[in-house]
Amino acid sequence: MAGPVNLLSQVVSVSKFGLLSIPQRSGSVAAAIFGIAGVVGVLVGVLSMGVGFRKTLLASGSPDSAIVLRSGADSEMVSGFLRENTRVIADAPGIAQSADGPLASAELFVIINLPKRSTGTDANVPMRGVEQAALKVRDKLHLVEGRMFEWGKNEVIVGVGAANAFAGLDLGSKLRVGRREWPIVGIFSAGGGTAESEIWTDATVLQGAYNRGNTFQSVYVKLISPGAFQGFKDALTTDPRLTVKVLRQSEYYAEQSTAVSRLITSLGYLIATLMAIGAVFGALNTMYSSVSARTREIATLRALGFGSGAVVVSVMVESLALALIGGAVGAVLSYLTFNGLHTSTMNWNSFSQITFAFAVTPNLLLQGIVWAVLIGLIGGLFPAIRGARLPIAAALREL
Amino acid sequence: MKFFHLIWSNLKRKKLRTILTLLSIVVAFILFGYLSAIKQALAGGVALAGQNRLWVVHKISIIQSLPQSYKARIERIPGVALATHESWFGGVYQDPKNMFPQIPVMPEEFLEMVPELILPPEQKQAWLETRTGAIVGRKTAERFHFKVGDRIPLQASIWTKTDGSRLWEFDIVGIFDGRDKNTDITPLYFRYDYFDEARQWNKGQVGWYLVRVKDPNQAPEVAKLIDQEFENSDAETKTQPEAAFVQAWVKQIGDITLITATILSAVFFTILLVTGNTMSQSVRERIGELGVLKALGYTNVQALALVLAESCLLAILGGGVGLGIALALIARGDPTGGMLPLFYFPTLDVLAGVGFSLALGVVAGIFPALQAMRLRVADALRRM
Repeated sequence: MAGPVNLLSQVVSVSKFGLLSIPQRSGSVAAAIFGIAGVVGVLVGVLSMGVGFRKTLLASGSPDSAIVLRSGADSEMVSGFLRENTRVIADAPGIAQSADGPLASAELFVIINLPKRSTGTDANVPMRGVEQAALKVRDKLHLVEGRMFEWGKNEVIVGVGAANAFAGLDLGSKLRVGRREWPIVGIFSAGGGTAESEIWTDATVLQGAYNRGNTFQSVYVKLISPGAFQGFKDALTTDPRLTVKVLRQSEYYAEQSTAVSRLITSLGYLIATLMAIGAVFGALNTMYSSVSARTREIATLRALGFGSGAVVVSVMVESLALALIGGAVGAVLSYLTFNGLHTSTMNWNSFSQITFAFAVTPNLLLQGIVWAVLIGLIGGLFPAIRGARLPIAAALREL
Repeated sequence: MKFFHLIWSNLKRKKLRTILTLLSIVVAFILFGYLSAIKQALAGGVALAGQNRLWVVHKISIIQSLPQSYKARIERIPGVALATHESWFGGVYQDPKNMFPQIPVMPEEFLEMVPELILPPEQKQAWLETRTGAIVGRKTAERFHFKVGDRIPLQASIWTKTDGSRLWEFDIVGIFDGRDKNTDITPLYFRYDYFDEARQWNKGQVGWYLVRVKDPNQAPEVAKLIDQEFENSDAETKTQPEAAFVQAWVKQIGDITLITATILSAVFFTILLVTGNTMSQSVRERIGELGVLKALGYTNVQALALVLAESCLLAILGGGVGLGIALALIARGDPTGGMLPLFYFPTLDVLAGVGFSLALGVVAGIFPALQAMRLRVADALRRM
């Protein structure tokens, strides 16, 4: 007699008992929801930090741009070129051209000490000397306030991230480095990329200030097309005048993000797993008490001919409903709390600060809901089985 | 003690619920253990930083080098007991992922400056006699299976040798341990004289100075005198007590530490709430029986104590098991596979955990306990 429609109507009636009795068990139900919301909120929150960090680094490089470093160097910090080398690099085939010449910018990368606005303690802030092509090499870069620095002058422009994070980087004020003063004439954004954490000036001016002679650390280039990369790379690596390493910018930055992402992600999952185990116990408790509160009702229904399948399904429905509410609350809370939150941390590859925003992506939210559902399933399953196996006669005797 | 049996029976009456509640408390305290260890790993260097040590770095940034000649000038400054320098080598052992610090130092001065490193005397002697000798911390030695007598190659990322190669070889002559639990035993230290002679450029320059002051109370004045000494030179300095220096490093990773700690505290609090609720619920269900006990002559205070003792027993049991598991798990190493050098569960935090578990028992039990105390026998019996 138990056709699908019949089973459905049985499930609905049994579930109704469960759902209607929630107000009487509000404490334990709230605790279960709260516990699951906590798991989802923390999981999404911690992972969004890793995602945000990664996103910033990935936004920094497009596939049709490349970076040239000295062979053996894994970051700009430890790379170095003479002017002769950078000229050879700029003449390589595959580089896009503009009216002013090839789109190649030989750059200098140094670090200066500036206090963080949030804590007042010293932080390593990256400062970059660039050539005129730099703005065209990085296509997302534009000024949001003020003007570009004048070439050959002691002037700087500051990335929006750096301006927010470090003290004294305000438009119109002066940056003191050693015995020099650099007026801040502009604020720029770079599509969310790492350049937003940096201070920029003319490379030749920075060479003078740092007694670097005529040396650079890297060359950033814009290629004709993404496909031109291999030819460009082969031309440079086979050139006997150079010992270089050529990377797509996208690969270079992706590589930099792995260590920190791995740290954040592994800690995030560790914590979320522990919490999830705790939340499963909470959910189990809630659902067991839900079943035991309804012992008589369930037994009566069973005596009237309701199947044990309907009981199992209805307990699971209740558990999943609680889990989904908890998951949704956690997801919404984490989105409101973390999405877009600005912070900065150490990028060990460049030995300097990188500013970034937490990114709560739809994928993360979905992941959170999946965790909530799993907790609900496990938390509901055992109590459901117990409910279904209830000896009818014994339960009715309790009446 | 005569009530213990009663309390124990009460816990056993709904075994499943007791076990589930116990398990969630256990999980909360395992989490607490990890929280402490992570905090320790990210910020631990600060607590035991040498009180009488100063760090002298280039004012513009630590990546700028300082002249070796500063040592003599620093040591002439009143209040300075000892000065020595360190530098950054930044070599790669086999794979760029195998990160550990390598630092060229002046062996004798260095070992005097950092008494927290424990090196057997014969190994120290061997280091002084071997120009290419290096000593390595126990943790790194175990990670890569380095033994005394090994010759290990490091690929330098910055320093080219005079012969144009970047491959540096070192002879392991000693393995050091830490005097304190939070001494960093991951670095490899090797001789500056070997380093400076073999490198192609920047000769005579060092990374930073460590300075020991005679009287820790005078550290701020001495720091000021050092910076004054080099004011208006090509390499101005910034001198800070070691604790402040380490603190600034932590703050550089900083915001993340704070955010992680906040999140984890919220987590811990959440699980405590869940648990607390379950415990008070189980007590509420027994109101009738408490009425019977009172009718039998139990005093109000006894009723209060009975309920409170039960909730505290549960919390301490769960807390104790959780902290024990946390200690065992954390002792097995950090979950990131070597990225956190100082990953352990500090004793002080273990004690705090015990305190928290007791507090949990009290907080979760107090309202039901008060209810039990105020219970009027007639009302309670009517509920049966």
